[in-house]
Amino acid sequence: MEAILRAEHIFKSFKKPVEIQILNDISFEIAKGEFVSIMGKSGCGKSTLLYILSTMDTDYTGKLFLDGQLISGETPDKLALIRNEKIGFVFQFHYLLAEFTVLENVMLPAKKLGIKTYQEIEHDAMLKLKLLGIDDQALKLSSRISGGQKQRVAIARALINNPSIIMGDEPTGNLDSKNSDIVFDIFKELSVEEHLSLLVVTHDSDFAKKTDRIIEMGDGKIIS
Amino acid sequence: MKYRLLFSISRTHLWSRKKQSLIAALGVTFGIGAYIIMMSFMTGLNGLLDGLILNRTPHLHLYNEIKPTLKQPVDLYSPYASQEKVVKSIKPKTSQIRIHNAIPLIAFLSEQSYVKGVTAQVKAQAFYLGGTSQLNGVISGIEVLKEGELYNLNDYIIEGSLKDLAQNENGIILGAGISKKLSLQVGSVIQIATPKGDIQAMKIVGLYQSGIADVDNVQSYVNIKMAQRIMGQSNNYITDINIKLLDMTQAPKLAKKMSDLFDLTAIDIQTANAQFETGSSIRTLISYAVSITLLIVAGFGIYNILNMLIYEKMNDIAILKATGFSGKDVKWIFISQALIIGFIGGLLGLILGYVVTVIIDRTPFDTAALPTIKTFPINYDIGYYIIGITFAMISTFFAGYFPSRKAEKIDPVDIIRGQ
Repeated sequence: MEAILRAEHIFKSFKKPVEIQILNDISFEIAKGEFVSIMGKSGCGKSTLLYILSTMDTDYTGKLFLDGQLISGETPDKLALIRNEKIGFVFQFHYLLAEFTVLENVMLPAKKLGIKTYQEIEHDAMLKLKLLGIDDQALKLSSRISGGQKQRVAIARALINNPSIIMGDEPTGNLDSKNSDIVFDIFKELSVEEHLSLLVVTHDSDFAKKTDRIIEMGDGKIIS
Repeated sequence: MKYRLLFSISRTHLWSRKKQSLIAALGVTFGIGAYIIMMSFMTGLNGLLDGLILNRTPHLHLYNEIKPTLKQPVDLYSPYASQEKVVKSIKPKTSQIRIHNAIPLIAFLSEQSYVKGVTAQVKAQAFYLGGTSQLNGVISGIEVLKEGELYNLNDYIIEGSLKDLAQNENGIILGAGISKKLSLQVGSVIQIATPKGDIQAMKIVGLYQSGIADVDNVQSYVNIKMAQRIMGQSNNYITDINIKLLDMTQAPKLAKKMSDLFDLTAIDIQTANAQFETGSSIRTLISYAVSITLLIVAGFGIYNILNMLIYEKMNDIAILKATGFSGKDVKWIFISQALIIGFIGGLLGLILGYVVTVIIDRTPFDTAALPTIKTFPINYDIGYYIIGITFAMISTFFAGYFPSRKAEKIDPVDIIRGQ
């Protein structure tokens, strides 16, 4: 099966205050449509790995391929473009722009990409919101909706450019169990029906167990 | 598309914090407003004061000066060429005051491309007689209408007009000080005595007030033909030639040239009125110093507000970068906010400046020194408005640039992991 994301021999260390090896020879692949979770204790480097994979952290050695294309060593501007087009993010915190409406928040990455017209983007954004069941909130300011709804808006925003992969850093970390289940169901549905690849860092073992594959990390290495 | 998106984000940022944006803009408004007011008022005042002397001073003044001959006969005698010569008690040579061959000379000067206009004058010493008292004075015979056109003489006629003088060959425009001392009004007849002892009766057709008492106490104007008659001379008797140039700055150079060419004394306006240039430039300098200070203060205001905004918007910046906005995009979001504040604030400043200068322009300002001025002088030069708005944009750009650089360099990972 075709690999969406491939990491080859990723090393990372902090030089200050003393040299600490954070990631030690990490290599793995994620296939198209696969739903993968990364688990491990705090400080094992799982979040660090995720930010390297997300192209936001460029201070590492090793090779990273996204959609078969080598992306290590690209310029920051090019990487920003790649993130915009191919990667959707969901974080523990929603990071919605408070002064903008829900709809505008979702539309923002698509406007940045600038391929479609305003009407097409608006239509797409409404579809994504409908998919997540919050299309009735579209015209509210994003600071005026509930926490669970905010997280769903953040997922809609991650989906707007039809990315190759969705990356999540504790996407359910701030949610109660009901909302966690909703978010998980949405991810599962995207994976099964849309063949979207997902890579999620989580503490929540119930969440992880339901995914296709668990990558267990410890002390900067992949254990299993 | 790209810039419109960035612009719409910065607009939303500004709009969602109206009060703060407005205060930042008002800082610029007061800076630019003060600049416009100061420059308009100062240069208006400069123009007025310069006009007091400069407008009616010829750019070049040609006349015959009485002075000792520079080269004495002994200098020309070759056997003594190598020796030191001392000539004691040199006296000026007797020569005529009139300019030799004046009429062809005026015709020649009028045709030069750098000349705006040439007027001839006859200056004569005279006594004004009133009852038993005599006043010492100077009578200038002028080409009335030409003089009025080139040197704004009309601005200083407080009663009657130049036209009356032009139409009345026997008329005289009297200095205001003389009329007061001799208690003569327009319409009265005054007796003029020439140094040779002739007496001429003349009709007062106007009063002249320059604002400089020393001038107003002695100066009066008559038609040039009348002056020639008083002097008992023919119509080619001309004592002074005044030249107005198209470009005033050429005057010193031309003065040197003409003095050599025509063997006359030529005085340029810069030499005659050096102190005015200095006064004007210092007033302009002060205006700029004050305006720049105000704008720098406004700039720091904007700098502060944007700095705070960027700290507040760390999360927004992080997510924008995570979802594909480059550092440059983020930088431009914040710089454009500063520029919008600068533009709106600057525009309001121009309006404020204009309104206040209009009010100043309408404020009564009466002074004996300036008979024709009734309100404060204002210079509505569009150039100051252009400089003002440009300056607003430049200063706010820099005020926005440094905080924006900080936003550009924010690492989204630090922010997101820090939560």
